[in-house]
Amino acid sequence: MFEACADPKAIEGLTWAACYLTSAKHVDFYWSFLTVLLLLAITAPAALGMGFLGATAARSHVAPVSWLGKVYIWMVRGVPDIIFFLFFVIALDQVIEYSKSLAVCADHAWPWQGLEFRVCPEAKVPLSKSSPFWHQAYGFMLAVVTFAIVFGAFVANVIFGAMNAVPRAQLETAEAYGMSRRQVFRRILIPQMWVYALPGLGNLWMILIKATPLLFLLGLKDIVYYARELGGSKTQAYEYPHGDWRLWYFLGLMVFYLTFTRVSEIGISKLTRKLSHGQATAGGEALRRAGA
Amino acid sequence: MTCWETIQAYGLRSIGIGENLLPRSDFTLCQQFTLIGSGMLWNIYFGVLALVAGFFLANAIALARNARNPLIRKPADWYVFIFRGSPLFIQFFLAYEALVMLPKGGVDILGIHLNTAWTTRAWAGALLVLFLNTAAYSAEIFHGALKSIPKGDLEAAEAYGLTGWKKFIRIEWPTMLRLGWPAYTNEAIFLFHATTLVFFSGFPAFAQKGDALYYANYFADKTFNPFVPYPIVAFYFILLTLAVTFFYGRVNRHLNRHLPSNIRSKIRLRPQLIR
Repeated sequence: MFEACADPKAIEGLTWAACYLTSAKHVDFYWSFLTVLLLLAITAPAALGMGFLGATAARSHVAPVSWLGKVYIWMVRGVPDIIFFLFFVIALDQVIEYSKSLAVCADHAWPWQGLEFRVCPEAKVPLSKSSPFWHQAYGFMLAVVTFAIVFGAFVANVIFGAMNAVPRAQLETAEAYGMSRRQVFRRILIPQMWVYALPGLGNLWMILIKATPLLFLLGLKDIVYYARELGGSKTQAYEYPHGDWRLWYFLGLMVFYLTFTRVSEIGISKLTRKLSHGQATAGGEALRRAGA
Repeated sequence: MTCWETIQAYGLRSIGIGENLLPRSDFTLCQQFTLIGSGMLWNIYFGVLALVAGFFLANAIALARNARNPLIRKPADWYVFIFRGSPLFIQFFLAYEALVMLPKGGVDILGIHLNTAWTTRAWAGALLVLFLNTAAYSAEIFHGALKSIPKGDLEAAEAYGLTGWKKFIRIEWPTMLRLGWPAYTNEAIFLFHATTLVFFSGFPAFAQKGDALYYANYFADKTFNPFVPYPIVAFYFILLTLAVTFFYGRVNRHLNRHLPSNIRSKIRLRPQLIR
């Protein structure tokens, strides 16, 4: 990056450190933090959407729809989330490739033959001749969908609880004013449910942050991958030889996560205060008393 | 090979008893059920030991957080913050790298030679991390419960002349457990779920002795078919969750036995404690 870094073996001290920390691989490492943030930025709204759909479905008056929603909500309770992560990433990929093979392949053979999953080359997603960027992007997309499905179930659980927590009298009053079921849902239930959902959603946001290192398990080059790669001891054959520094890299990741969760915690408590304003809850009452 | 022979060969494979080689081709449903079930032994081992040991540390930490002396309170606060604020996955990696750095030959402390090689093995190293982690989460639960003990109960205790240690052991501690128990049940369930991370996070599985998810992953990699092994682990974990809920429910009933039945706190499962 800098001119002084042309011959890393000849430099020492601070210059060495500066050159080391700006090497091409380290720059990739810094970009991978952005991958994590990008994952959070896409997954959080997607999971919120999935959760909202799930909770609404579970409240539905049509029995099959309500069962579907309830199964989705119940799904994450008994089974570790890591199993879902490992499962969905392969399963989604295979389902996508199988559906594509039905459309583009000449023979529609059952793809799970013996010890392999085989579809014709045209049905591969992405095609084997596409650039590495597309392979990475597809892997990231699968990860996002997986996270959205699993966390959507958590969110659905919270929102379903929050919808049930809205005082019944509020809804009955709205019905007494002649609102239809849809109007009650849109005008009364949804605006009031957020204050009940917020503690749970805040909790989930923290869990989501803490689940991002699992990207490593899904085979993406994320921060854990780079911390292991860069920290591993390097012999003289490398430009910047050093001992086993993985401990320090992981300490760095730890600090990153601690800062991130701490900042989120403060943000969430501010938001809670704001949303409790004027609500008929203990929090709202405390705010009213403090103001009076 | 009949299914019964498979069970004899692989039923205890995860702890090194039985057939040495894992199946390599012609995977039967019975093999998958047996091996994954044998892996559950590790999940139960990690979960039970971490919970039992963690319970005691959690009580100590919860009390320390309630102390007036900042020299006791602050370290406890930091301990809980560090273990609750960072991903368990990273904690595993960090612990493994730190334990690897211990001198290979062992250390001499006060003339006693301590062997350190075993600390990097999953059965010890991962157990240590899970123990510290669950202690932090449970301490938070118990601390919250300690703070929400009704004021009237404490005043009543004092009115009867109970003070200090007696008040704590007879009134505060049982009430704390009773109030915190539903949340603690969730913590126990999600600790069992967290044990599946062990063999995916730095700690190597020696001689392919791994936990349930390790074997499920093995089968999924070999057969390219995730639709069989993962539902099998899921099935085992649902059974485990039911067993944990049953056991904690019994304890909950015991803790609430003096209350009229209509105001007992019921245990509700809430997936808010995965880490």
